[in-house]
Amino acid sequence: MSFDLRIAIGGLFTVYGTLLSLYGLLGDKSQYSRSLGLNVNLLWGMVLLAFGLCMLLIRRRVRKS
Amino acid sequence: MRISLSLVDYAVIFIYFAFVIGVGWALKRSMKGSTDFLTAGRSLPAWITGLAFISANLGAQEVIGMAASGAKYGIMTSHFYWIGAIPAMVFLGLFMLPFYYGSKARSVPEYLKLRFDEKTRGFNAVSFAVMTVFSSGISMHALASLLRLLLGWQYDACIAVSAGIVLLYILLGGLSSAIYNEVLQFCLIVAGFAPLAYLALKDVGGWSALQAKLIPVATRHGYAPGTWTESWSHLGSANANPMGVEWFGLAMGLGFVASFGYWCTDFLVVQRALAANSLSAARRTPLIAAVPKMLFPALLIVPGMIAVALPAVAGHAFLPLAADGTPDYNMSIPALLARYFPAGLLGIGLTALIASFMSGMAGNVTAFNTVWTYDLYQSYIAPGRSDRHYLRMGQAATVFGVLLGVAAAYLAAAFNNIMDLLQLVFAFVNAPVFATFLLGMFWKRTTGHGAFFGLLAGTLSAALFHGLSLPASAVPGIKGGWVTPEFVFRSEMGQNFYIAIVAWTTCFVLTVLVSLATPRNKTDAELHGLVYSLTPRVASEAGEPWYKRPVLVGVIVLLATILLNILFR
Repeated sequence: MSFDLRIAIGGLFTVYGTLLSLYGLLGDKSQYSRSLGLNVNLLWGMVLLAFGLCMLLIRRRVRKS
Repeated sequence: MRISLSLVDYAVIFIYFAFVIGVGWALKRSMKGSTDFLTAGRSLPAWITGLAFISANLGAQEVIGMAASGAKYGIMTSHFYWIGAIPAMVFLGLFMLPFYYGSKARSVPEYLKLRFDEKTRGFNAVSFAVMTVFSSGISMHALASLLRLLLGWQYDACIAVSAGIVLLYILLGGLSSAIYNEVLQFCLIVAGFAPLAYLALKDVGGWSALQAKLIPVATRHGYAPGTWTESWSHLGSANANPMGVEWFGLAMGLGFVASFGYWCTDFLVVQRALAANSLSAARRTPLIAAVPKMLFPALLIVPGMIAVALPAVAGHAFLPLAADGTPDYNMSIPALLARYFPAGLLGIGLTALIASFMSGMAGNVTAFNTVWTYDLYQSYIAPGRSDRHYLRMGQAATVFGVLLGVAAAYLAAAFNNIMDLLQLVFAFVNAPVFATFLLGMFWKRTTGHGAFFGLLAGTLSAALFHGLSLPASAVPGIKGGWVTPEFVFRSEMGQNFYIAIVAWTTCFVLTVLVSLATPRNKTDAELHGLVYSLTPRVASEAGEPWYKRPVLVGVIVLLATILLNILFR
């Protein structure tokens, strides 16, 4: 197969993670009362970003070997 | 109930649309022949087919419906994931895929043709093709109705956009594109629902606090205090639990007949395993899928349970009321999304919902175009054409499959009763089918006539038993009892389980009798690779690492499921 799925998963979650983290940092913070006071955009955004970057990293390592 | 979206939520949704179409676009170059398009060229690794296997099943009705059942029945709903899925998935991986994959059949109906005869294949192919069209229509209708209700979007626009995107990415990259996107959709469903389950559980005070809060829910309905949080303890009698079933009906009807009938013979899921790049990868496909499957109750069923445990806010119950004045359990997930998710994460949650609808629909469309092209068009309408011709037909089938699905969605919107009736007919056709496969794969004496007439009789007996039985609260008609309500069940679910048991048993007995009365229509040589006793054993995989050995993985999966059942007994 000419196309590695890990690029798509890694790409999508890197974009989502970045977007959510930035929005969590810069956006309206008053709305986090509904999420029990947690800045879930920043927290979950960083989890998604880490997952996305992991996928891209695995892809790079597989390609090198 | 209304949810308003911010710019960031729209951005999340549009990025998702761009990626699914991008995946199709990236795969476009490798679509050279009909097998690339319709069977993914049998080239995918096990982790991809495994996640796609579970994702294709995680459609609209599944996500919304399982949370609704969690609210309505509590943790007992997990039986649909544990006893109602895992044993059958392990059985498919260990015992059935060697025949499906090894026979080089491109579809489940084609296996029936190789094993039995043309009429058995035709019966299965036609009923399956019709069923997939209606399922994708019902899926689209459910999505569009929900988005209209939640976001105030236009029904027609929702149908057009969801159908258009699924059509585009399948047309570009065929089954590979559908499977790749199913994996993407699986990741998104977890990314969207995991924080929801976490926040809801944290808010309610953890598992033991949830147990305590569900005690009044159970006693209010007249059941023992632990009914909502114990999955086995209240199955002694159908009167003791809200599902209205007892252990025998559950274990045989759901755990054996319905579960094995779906997971082991439905081409929608089996097709994912057939796209794997080796027999070993194909066998591991349902086993890999079983791991998330057994854990999904935490993401889908527990939030539903929390939705009924949450206290009323300002005099209003947490769940909105349906038209008949009872809580609208189908709104469990949307209501929780609206309650806990701020802008940003809300976009991810809604995208997860949309992704689940699309994966279910794409699964139906790719199963339909393959069965249409290979089992109906190539077999009965235009045999012996060039592969290029069948590639074009596969693409055309994708287009008219989606269009028929759209028509079915509008049919569902206009005539709810027609859909109920159709789903009933599909249930009758599906109920006996596992008996045919079981006998076909493990008893070489089974004949084509035996298989066909057994299936036919099984279907008719399902319809007949439906006419003789009725759920306690219903009037004779579409719910059953149209001959005479001879057997009254406590719930529709209990009735359905026994319809399945009756249909399966009839099909099994009749297939055996007719097979013994008719001459064999296939020689031992023709059945090589199709029947257990005439197929060489799979070579030992002792040299492989543990996670590449299907039998070992299968045993681990079963043990883990038993452990979960003991923990939540």
